[in-house]
Amino acid sequence: MSEPISALRRARYEGFVTVEEAGLQGMVQIRGDFDSEIFTRAVSSAAGVAMPAQREALWEGRQGLLWMSPDEVMLLCPYPEADRALARLTNDLAGTHHLALNVSDARTMFTLEGAGLREVLAKLAPVDMAPDVFRPGMLRRTRLAQVAAAFWLRSDTRAEVICFRSVAPYMMELLSTAAATGSEVGLHGD
Amino acid sequence: MLTLKCPYCDVQAEETELHAGGEAHLTRHGPDSSDDSFESYLFTRENPKGVHFERWRHSHGCGKWFHAARCTMTMEVFGTYPAQTTKPPQAILDAITAKRPGWTWRELS
Repeated sequence: MSEPISALRRARYEGFVTVEEAGLQGMVQIRGDFDSEIFTRAVSSAAGVAMPAQREALWEGRQGLLWMSPDEVMLLCPYPEADRALARLTNDLAGTHHLALNVSDARTMFTLEGAGLREVLAKLAPVDMAPDVFRPGMLRRTRLAQVAAAFWLRSDTRAEVICFRSVAPYMMELLSTAAATGSEVGLHGD
Repeated sequence: MLTLKCPYCDVQAEETELHAGGEAHLTRHGPDSSDDSFESYLFTRENPKGVHFERWRHSHGCGKWFHAARCTMTMEVFGTYPAQTTKPPQAILDAITAKRPGWTWRELS
């Protein structure tokens, strides 16, 4: 079988925030009824974390669940495990109305590291990035400049961004430009 | 800039994150309807100066459709509510009446 390659092969940019394409990342898109206990139990046991609340990102090591909408979550796992997680879900949810799809090769993840990452995101998204409003563990689906994206904070100095793989080069340029040294705005007292 | 609260995500979404979907609460008239009702379903739209009900989609967010009640003149938003309804909830109507006494929109008031 051909060897999987991430969109930008871990391209990296170091400005006042370090932008890096995160490499291969397992992502399974899951939709279903959050009120169904069969559904939520199957999803959280496949992910190894609890069901996230509204706009929440939960993770445990490389496993995680992202709240994407009232009927959609994204499961995060190491790339080679995505098919296994999907198979397990499909098995556990046989007969329950749901949709699950391995989208690992259709999405790209970026990481932002540095104290100024709120500023980088605030330049690109119509989102209030103030430290007391957007806190670690929160997720937001929005747009970054012209493309759809979702991002969440793992900590105050580390954020992760996902977008469609087809726009990965655009996203890399966008984040790099916003993170360029000398372009700090100082919005959040960083 | 218009900002609407998405009733599904509970975020104050800005206009560029949303997509306008035209007038709210239209009843579809399909192939078995009369020419007149089909024509009015297709073409007749409210174009008020004041209170208006619209459909919006949180296209760059959760992707869900929702409804918004707002004033077309002042851009004041009276409220947003989920799409699974054929008429605005009473709380929205009350909020409009409190701010625009005597308002009307189609058969609503």
